[in-house]
Amino acid sequence: MNPTTPHPRRAELIQGLLEWLPADAVLYEPEDLRPYECDGLSAYRQMPMVVVLPKTVEEVQVVMRLAHRFKVPVVARGAGTGLSGGALPQADGLLLSLARLKSILAIDPVARTARVQPGVRNLAISEAARPYGLYYAPDPSSQIACTIGGNVAENSGGVHCLKYGLTVHNVLKLEVVTVEGERLSLGADALDAPGYDLLALLNGSEGLLAVVVEVTVRLLPLPERAQVLLAAFDDVAKAGAAVGAILAAGIIPAGLEMMDNLAIRAAEAFVQAGYPVDAAAILLVELDGTNAEVSEQVMQVRERLIASGAREVRTARDEAERQLFWKGRKAAFPAVGRISPDYYCMDGTIPRRRLPEVLSRIAALSQEYGLPVANVFHAGDGNLHPLILYDANRPGELERTEELGRRILESCIEVGGTITGEHGVGVEKLAGMCVQFGALELAQFHAVKAAFDPAGLLNPGKAVPTLHRCAEFGAMHVHDGQLKFPELPRF
Amino acid sequence: MLPAADLTEPLAERVRAAHAASTPLAIVGGGSKSWLGRPVQGGVLDLSGHRGIVSYEPTELVLSARTGTPLAEIEAILAERGQCLAFEPPHYGVSATLGGTVACNLSGPARPYAGACRDFILGVRLINGRGEVLRFGGEVMKNVAGYDLSRLMAGAQGTLGVLLEVSLKVLPRPPAELTLALELEAATAVARFNAWAGQPLPITAACHDGERAYVRLSGAESAVRAARQRLGGEVIEAGATFWQSVRELTHGFFQTPGVLWRLSLPPAAPVAAKPHQFIDWGGAQRWVLSDSELWDQATGMGGHATRYRGGSRDRVFQPLSPVLLALHRRLKAAFDPKGILNPGRLYPEL
Repeated sequence: MNPTTPHPRRAELIQGLLEWLPADAVLYEPEDLRPYECDGLSAYRQMPMVVVLPKTVEEVQVVMRLAHRFKVPVVARGAGTGLSGGALPQADGLLLSLARLKSILAIDPVARTARVQPGVRNLAISEAARPYGLYYAPDPSSQIACTIGGNVAENSGGVHCLKYGLTVHNVLKLEVVTVEGERLSLGADALDAPGYDLLALLNGSEGLLAVVVEVTVRLLPLPERAQVLLAAFDDVAKAGAAVGAILAAGIIPAGLEMMDNLAIRAAEAFVQAGYPVDAAAILLVELDGTNAEVSEQVMQVRERLIASGAREVRTARDEAERQLFWKGRKAAFPAVGRISPDYYCMDGTIPRRRLPEVLSRIAALSQEYGLPVANVFHAGDGNLHPLILYDANRPGELERTEELGRRILESCIEVGGTITGEHGVGVEKLAGMCVQFGALELAQFHAVKAAFDPAGLLNPGKAVPTLHRCAEFGAMHVHDGQLKFPELPRF
Repeated sequence: MLPAADLTEPLAERVRAAHAASTPLAIVGGGSKSWLGRPVQGGVLDLSGHRGIVSYEPTELVLSARTGTPLAEIEAILAERGQCLAFEPPHYGVSATLGGTVACNLSGPARPYAGACRDFILGVRLINGRGEVLRFGGEVMKNVAGYDLSRLMAGAQGTLGVLLEVSLKVLPRPPAELTLALELEAATAVARFNAWAGQPLPITAACHDGERAYVRLSGAESAVRAARQRLGGEVIEAGATFWQSVRELTHGFFQTPGVLWRLSLPPAAPVAAKPHQFIDWGGAQRWVLSDSELWDQATGMGGHATRYRGGSRDRVFQPLSPVLLALHRRLKAAFDPKGILNPGRLYPEL
């Protein structure tokens, strides 16, 4: 897929780019390309042929027109924090960095919107909106670094999405540049737009349909108050049942997070959040709203947690303790990184009631492969992040880790879930796509792609595997005792 | 109540035959929204027998049902467990089905605060124009595997696929609710609606009927009580009935004969003194009775228009730009290469 010989018209392309863009916006020397060879999934690396850093939408259009004329693949990139290799470059391709398009163009406190360029960091939007008592709700853990353009490409979530939705629920309008270099407006400053919902389609399309050059997001009023409860359980099944009991009581918490024992111990050792290190699981339940409402719901949730068998329920005494409770959760990934040379983060989503069986399955697989797994769980919306601990320096361990990861994701599909809740497919989960979808669905995805990008130049080889690729994977993946695509030839 | 039945196979067979013969199909559920679009010529593909709730797990906040299931049946089952469709869909008739609601992407007064129909879609099963039965999305809240083709079906009015089954996120009904009437002029009301929406208040609907403003508060008892004190106005006894009349377009305003236009605008767009209008969605949806066409007026205000009810049914939806229309045509062809599914329902070219 990535030929090692350079594109025959590399020199021509670079020359064309330099005619339109300043010299510091076109990189092609190996030492300049190196920082772009991978995104947040560093196990996959590939140097691009050329990197361009446009500063204006017009420059993006020029780049796309040139790439289109020379038939050069284009991979768009924001901050490069993605966890599925979605921004992995192509050896014969152009890496289009949107990092220099980083202006907040307008904040409209009356209509409650922010119009921003794609390279603006997620958290920067909330910071700019704060003086107006507003904020941007989706808050992926990487929010201090990740960009809104990347959030749109991945349809990013965060710890507050059960109540406030994903990126798709919080974006009103996109300006995009098509593969031919045409500028197009999708969505509206109103609440809907005529025609097909292309705005929804673009969210989560992983840079395969168009390049996002401007985003208008919806801003929400900052809640009057937020309060968090921490509950400790001796049994993960009880913690899972407590989540169901809270939701069944008609309460939608702003955040509802679970961590298992290994994750608790790693986080506690790292940031001393005061977590009970002997608990099998903890739940963090955040309630927000008006002062009176939060007081009322804290009491109700506390009762439900105790009735569900929590051995201890703590309410943060002040804002400092609330921040501390969250610090442990938000630091869970780096905390695991401290206790293991390497870790591999999975991103399955499951119907929440199946949590106990999926966790026991993961525990059994962990034993079988001899690799510890820590579990961090967006419990409210069923999004599970098992973190597999491994050491890439031990021969064969990365391969075993990846295989364990694949088997965990297959368990998620078996219980009616999905291989990715918020990190995207990228290059990492192409094999899982062959298990989750049949040949007809994959063909429909490709037809949609072709409607936007007939030549397949935008982020090729990502997100949706070809049937040929699935046939190759098929040799390894047997699902429910049946081969997917039995009609396809095997190798 | 008719028995549940899965008609996937016969329906898919009909579409395959229509594809083979290149004959158009007019997709019909309960027929309650047949007027909401351009007329379709084609053999009737009746979905009303394809009905039944496939799964409902209140603690998962998810319901899946076949598309011929009456909307009223779904709402009744949710109400039994203290839950609801938070986007408050209009029915436009007792025969309204889940499929028609999703195909038209219909949302009621709660839309600016709770989200639109499309925001609650988690997954669909559909038949594309080749007669293939496909499943996208699922029953989980977060799912980014593959393109989001489920949400794309909302508002496509059957032109991209015959919806077979839809999984929706459902939410608890608020424990307390009340409606306030406020003596405000339309322009002042819209300014207030926008200001209030920027504050942490439990507002779930806000409209102006040409005479007065109405605001609905929903949520925890204490939050509703506190907001009621702050906003003032007078509590309306029959609040639920009032919002139902807004949702179903049966309020007195809509009884006046004439062509009914829907303007979807930025919520703080200026309010013209004339013509007489009904403002909903906190300012973002404005109903106008007008014999003249409002396409340019709507775009001039940063939104779009729909010739919602009455008048010429040749042009119902705001025309698309040539680039956007070309993309729509390619997308239509990707699902329905022979153009047999509800052809012309949205635009003559689709």
